Amino acid sequence: MFEQLKKLAAFYEEVLTMPHRQEIARELRDQDDLFLLLLYSEMLGIPNPVYYYTLELYPYMIEEFHDWHLRMGMAKSPLTGIRCC
Amino acid sequence: MSGVLAAVIGLVVFGLGYRYYSKFVAEKIFRLDPNYVTPAHKYKDGVDFVPTNKFVLWGHHFTSVAGAAPILGPAIAVYWGWLPALLWVVLGTVFAAGVHDFGTLVLSVRNKGQSIGTLADKLIGQRAKMLFLFIILILVLMVNAVFAWVIANLFVSYPASVLPVFIQIPLAIWIGRAVYKRKTKMLGPSLAALGVMYLFAIISSKWGILQIDLVQYMGGEGSAGLFGLGAVNSAFLIWIVILMAYVYIASTIPVWKLLQPRDFINSHQLVVGLAILYLGLLFTNPEITAPITNPGADTSWFPLLFITVACGAISGFHGLVSSGTSSKQLNRETDARFVGYFGAVGEGSLALISILAVVTFFGSTDEFLATYSSFQAANASGLNVFVEGASALATGLMIPPDIAGTIVSVIIVSFAATTLDTAVRMMRYIISELGVEYNVPALSKKHVATSVAVISSTILVLLPEGSKGFGSGGYLLWPLFGTSNQLLAGISLLLLSIWLKRRGSNYLITLIPMIFLMFMTLWAMFQKVIFEWSWLGSDPKMLLFVLGAIIFVFAVWIVLTAFSALTKGMETTDDLDKKVK
Repeated sequence: MFEQLKKLAAFYEEVLTMPHRQEIARELRDQDDLFLLLLYSEMLGIPNPVYYYTLELYPYMIEEFHDWHLRMGMAKSPLTGIRCC
Repeated sequence: MSGVLAAVIGLVVFGLGYRYYSKFVAEKIFRLDPNYVTPAHKYKDGVDFVPTNKFVLWGHHFTSVAGAAPILGPAIAVYWGWLPALLWVVLGTVFAAGVHDFGTLVLSVRNKGQSIGTLADKLIGQRAKMLFLFIILILVLMVNAVFAWVIANLFVSYPASVLPVFIQIPLAIWIGRAVYKRKTKMLGPSLAALGVMYLFAIISSKWGILQIDLVQYMGGEGSAGLFGLGAVNSAFLIWIVILMAYVYIASTIPVWKLLQPRDFINSHQLVVGLAILYLGLLFTNPEITAPITNPGADTSWFPLLFITVACGAISGFHGLVSSGTSSKQLNRETDARFVGYFGAVGEGSLALISILAVVTFFGSTDEFLATYSSFQAANASGLNVFVEGASALATGLMIPPDIAGTIVSVIIVSFAATTLDTAVRMMRYIISELGVEYNVPALSKKHVATSVAVISSTILVLLPEGSKGFGSGGYLLWPLFGTSNQLLAGISLLLLSIWLKRRGSNYLITLIPMIFLMFMTLWAMFQKVIFEWSWLGSDPKMLLFVLGAIIFVFAVWIVLTAFSALTKGMETTDDLDKKVK
């Protein structure tokens, strides 16, 4: 009985928490997107004073790059150097 | 007839509708495929597209769609007797709302989780999308005006509810900080906040000094108030201005600061409200004292009943939720039946108990007829009668009527305030989108768009003059709210019909409710606009005439565009599905 009540409370909490967790995830993703924009700024024509270091991060970011440019409203990769699609 | 028996009949029909009709629609019409890769899996990103357990998703869907509207509409519509309202809620839920909510969910799932507005663009054309956006804009404008009136009216009628409602704001801000800064869980603090609110409701019900009664502060009903207005009018004006200032702030600050924690507390209130009403009904088992039908009604039920009860029978707003958020989180396509159809059943149950709370409240049929003496009286006093009726049911749970009245009014104000916040935020986004579309960059700025939304809503709620004078006529906008909501639902059903036709499915199950709904809505609007509000009508009201005429023209325009798309059969069938696959 107690276990079932605990399950019910957990279900209720999950129902109410879901949209709020989603909002936090969206906020985090927006920050990540901004960070990614800063990393790619050189290729977009915005001077990047630390490009020597950010260049080293590119291989780690390729997989996320495709989702990022889709979210930014670009159906195809905007960079000729990265042909993800 | 016993209230419990009516509730049982209604709930059994809902159950049968879910068990058999929705199964038929799922298997034979929508042909749901358990192996279809839903957008939640295909575009999984941990933010918008998240595969979610169907029970959790249903809970979220239900709390998003349930609000004050399925309470207010039925409380007015019982004017024509309890049977017409009950039949429309029960049959509307089973044959129209269930199919609509379920269908928009499936349509969106089959089209990358896109919203109804975007799908209107794809299925009908760009012009349809812009018309759709305008109708949504008018709908949210009506929502702002009507719900601001609902809250101001309850604050004037139930001054004990002011303190518990306002105490919720600092509590929500505190919870927001606790959760996001200190990473505590929200369930415990939000339940504690709810306890504090109800404690204040009890205290303020008992101690008159804690009741913020603006009318009494200005010397009572007959006294003069501000700017030469009476005390009641001034109270309405002050509350509406305070509310609008509040929604301006609430809809421009980040959602986690106030809106989210407040929504969390209000979700508990939905459960509390439903429990009080249904358990109260079960324990008190009252008789229905309202007449079955009201032959002496001064306004015909046909076709006004179908726009008076919008949410609870069918609501276009649900399609926005189904296609906006729920479709992106559906784990399996077959779950759509439970989430969409059963979500509509949940809303129908809320409307059902609202009807029963009102029709069992009166001591006799004569008392009922004295309160519901005219359609205008029903519009003006329906909400207050619901609060009284719900308080009477709550006595079955040993809650004293004065405290129950305050708690019920706190629950309705909370629902209305949540809707108001969301609607102003939504209106801001639409105004920004229209600003971008029509090259007015200033409109895309946050504070400009919010100011336009808030100022236009304030003007709209203050302009119609009601039975208590200036500021008290917000209820006159209810038919316009019902119309725009029903039109949205009708357009969604039309989109579904076009989609089903192109897939080669039987589209009558969406076309018939669509024709019924569109006919009733357009006919009701035509009657109101021409025979009542125009200069030729019985009760000329220029503002309502202009607004009603705009909605009517938009509606006819979009219906004609959509019908031409339906008959033309553009592209090949299932084209959109193929694009997704």
